Amino acid sequence: MTREEALVEYLIRIGDNSLIMGHRMSEWCGHGPILEQDIAIINIALDHIGQAKNWLDLACEVEGKGRTSDDLAYHRDAFDYRNFLLCEQPNGNWGDTLVRGFFFDTWNYFFNQQLANSSDERIAAIAQKSLKEISYHKNYSADWMIRLGDSTEESHEKMQHALNELWMYTGELFMMDEVDERMLKEKAGADLSIVKKEWEKVVNEILAEATLQKPEGAWMQKGGKKGIHTEHLGYILAEMQFLPRAYPDAKW
Amino acid sequence: MKTKPDISEIKKILDQVVDPEIPVLTIADLGVLRNVEWKEDDLIVTITPTYSGCPAMKMIEDEIYSALKKAGIEKVKVNSVLSPAWTTDWLSEEGRSKLEEFGIAPPLHASADKKILLGTNKHVRCPRCKSENTEMKSQFVSTACKALYVCQDCREPFDYFKCL
Repeated sequence: MTREEALVEYLIRIGDNSLIMGHRMSEWCGHGPILEQDIAIINIALDHIGQAKNWLDLACEVEGKGRTSDDLAYHRDAFDYRNFLLCEQPNGNWGDTLVRGFFFDTWNYFFNQQLANSSDERIAAIAQKSLKEISYHKNYSADWMIRLGDSTEESHEKMQHALNELWMYTGELFMMDEVDERMLKEKAGADLSIVKKEWEKVVNEILAEATLQKPEGAWMQKGGKKGIHTEHLGYILAEMQFLPRAYPDAKW
Repeated sequence: MKTKPDISEIKKILDQVVDPEIPVLTIADLGVLRNVEWKEDDLIVTITPTYSGCPAMKMIEDEIYSALKKAGIEKVKVNSVLSPAWTTDWLSEEGRSKLEEFGIAPPLHASADKKILLGTNKHVRCPRCKSENTEMKSQFVSTACKALYVCQDCREPFDYFKCL
């Protein structure tokens, strides 16, 4: 793998996480529990899609094969997607969505914090821009963890259930492979062991405040970075890609 | 060929271009317009998005081209840059007062807004009755750049243009 191929792979992974998170959250449009939260979650979805576009545009620029971010979004199959399994998990109930968001937003915040100091100034520019938006996402989801965790018996139970179900998808967030190692060595990418420390600190604090139990010692699922996904991603792509595949010349 | 208009004249032309969602603010008021310069016979206009996913960017770009074209300037290139990242500190003072008149509380300066992020800030002023006895209802509202507040004195809900 050349340096450029590794960089393209790295950028596609980051972009895919944002794209799939953004798409998942956009599915709440018109279905939110109350109007304010329907609007809030769609705003966050829009931030994710905007960030995805920035990352995937850069991936295409580095790749130099004339592909665009739209090509990447609409014309790749599931095995070419590189997002974490966590991002593609179904929305479930509001609590399931919030727990997934809490895990991801907290990770995304500390991850982008590292990228903001990247030796590659194009990466640093996107990360610095994204970080401002992600700090709002991180606070939003932490706030909901506490509100619903430390609330009624039913909401507490649902949040704990969501935590237990999604926990096995958190291990993958911190696994470094050869692409991560290479980017880290060049000081272009993030050190996931540092991200892990910061992530755990916040997760422990917020869960304690939310009176929720952190699941321990579970088997961790992995595969997203290699294109091995859960069945859910295919359904996301079926919906997301239908229009540009059925009507390839469609324009806004 | 005819002489190239001054940059100050061009900036006046660009004052016709407003934020499609907050039409009282020009792109200069917002700090979205970063630079205007002649590169030989080409006019280079540099803009930056407020938010990564801001859907208004394409429209702003189109309006820059059309405003300049109307003024007879055709060789234009609009560049979009991400760095340095846009901040609400770039909102002009004029922009801030226009916002308040429009019914949107202008952003506090960044240091005060830190407290808003932590949920302890009480200093967002109601654009209607000017009371500071206001409460945040939601961090996100009709656009990503605003939060929803309610005034505890006049009971009116209003938008707060949050810091970024």
